[in-house]
Amino acid sequence: MESSVLERTEDKTETLGVVDCDVHPAFSRPDQLSDYLPERWKQHVRDYAIRSANPLLGTLPYPRLTPGNGMRRDSWPPAGGPPASDLDFLREQLLEQCNIEIGILQPLAAGSVAFNMELGAALCSALNDWQIDKFAGPEPRLRASICIPQEDAKEAVAEIDKRVTDRRFVQIAMPPRTIEPAGRKRYWPIYEAAEHYGLPIGLHTSAFGYRPNTPSGWTSFYLEEHFAASNSLQTVMSSMILEGVFEQFPKLKIVLVEGGFSWLPSLFWRMDREWKRMRSEVPHVKRKPSEYAAENFWYTTQPIEEPEKNTHLLDILRWIGPDRLMFSTDYPHWDFDDPRYAFKVPLTPAEKNAIFRDNAMKLFRLQ
Amino acid sequence: MTSAQAEVKARPKREASRHVVARVDEVAEGKSKLVNVEGRAIAIFNVKGEYLAIANRCPHEGADLCRGSVVPLIESDTPGVVRLSRHGELVRCPWHGWEFDLRTGKSWCDPSRTRVKSYDVKVERGAALVEGPYQAEVYKISVEDEYLVLEL
Repeated sequence: MESSVLERTEDKTETLGVVDCDVHPAFSRPDQLSDYLPERWKQHVRDYAIRSANPLLGTLPYPRLTPGNGMRRDSWPPAGGPPASDLDFLREQLLEQCNIEIGILQPLAAGSVAFNMELGAALCSALNDWQIDKFAGPEPRLRASICIPQEDAKEAVAEIDKRVTDRRFVQIAMPPRTIEPAGRKRYWPIYEAAEHYGLPIGLHTSAFGYRPNTPSGWTSFYLEEHFAASNSLQTVMSSMILEGVFEQFPKLKIVLVEGGFSWLPSLFWRMDREWKRMRSEVPHVKRKPSEYAAENFWYTTQPIEEPEKNTHLLDILRWIGPDRLMFSTDYPHWDFDDPRYAFKVPLTPAEKNAIFRDNAMKLFRLQ
Repeated sequence: MTSAQAEVKARPKREASRHVVARVDEVAEGKSKLVNVEGRAIAIFNVKGEYLAIANRCPHEGADLCRGSVVPLIESDTPGVVRLSRHGELVRCPWHGWEFDLRTGKSWCDPSRTRVKSYDVKVERGAALVEGPYQAEVYKISVEDEYLVLEL
């Protein structure tokens, strides 16, 4: 009997499809982005290359489990090129096999963290053209993110203004390890634009940024960096709430991508307790911090937490609220979550539909 | 004895079935081959000339273990000193890196809960198979060759 119930829920998800909030498109060759740069920057990249805080060009700071900077071993396209650079194979391996109705692209490239900020702005614009040209244009199931040079708010807003009429862009993408904490006023023009257009801002954990991966500097191991991702997103959340961003922009929508979610309840509890004691220090924060979180923040699921006792995940889910979580695969990275097997707890059909599809449909206005 | 018990007793025993699944030269040393036996996906590995078989589906999130890399056992008692042993006897899942012992199907990190089924594989000469009672599902057996026979 139990198995027949399970099958029925699975069938339902299959007919409805899944929204995947974290798909990483890749360049088919290392210099592909140059095709989308104006001549001035094409020459610059040719002569000086793209410099960011990464130690070596084309590498990440830590060695990963698998070739290609940590790709699923079975994701290399048979026709050649790196994982997720071949649209046909991405369609087959991700969209078809995992029944993805809509996948949101999260390009991870140095545009937003290039040392040369003018170049960074040009790279972001090139990334936006590239996403449409190679992925979201030819494949309507894929949607793009507006990459912005967030440290130069004026340029960032100009890029948002330029893309906003193209409905294939469904969010603004910004890295969490910014020069100053995300709530600081230098970023407010971006938040004003995002709120004005009703576009969520997705802050995707990144292996690069202007700052080290922990507040005390660089970790020794990739394993440490992998969960230091949560620290950087905690900083984003507490900074934005306590700087009063959501008093100024009450309709702003923030998505924390790939940083886990089981830490959220304890952060809510701590922020609320300290706010009760010390709110005179931050009189601009008019409500309990967790109330802003409940209205202005969403979270993607991958890499999903796997407690010793799986059912503990249900407590976390209840504390956060099933309306705030959105499923993501992180394709084609090694820590990919498969929508068929990732949640190892029994969700009600309503929770399942919300997490796997409806929350994202509503937030990103995908219908 | 109740009639229900008698009925159970009268049922025939399920005999282990044997299946010819590949020619030996189809699984090169250090490599794997995916075969399908009675609807089960099974990954066969050639470990220095020995053939080991496990269920193909990773119990963690369902990846194909036949696409994983074959690795040694890696141990360390102290930082900077790494010991490798049992070369080629473990497979590392192509997604999250769970390592399974190809001999037992047990995972290294969580052997009692996270494990895959392992199967017996034998090498048989074609000449013996032509006479034998085995099911050659897709293979034309040639008496000169050697075959992998898997027991379910």
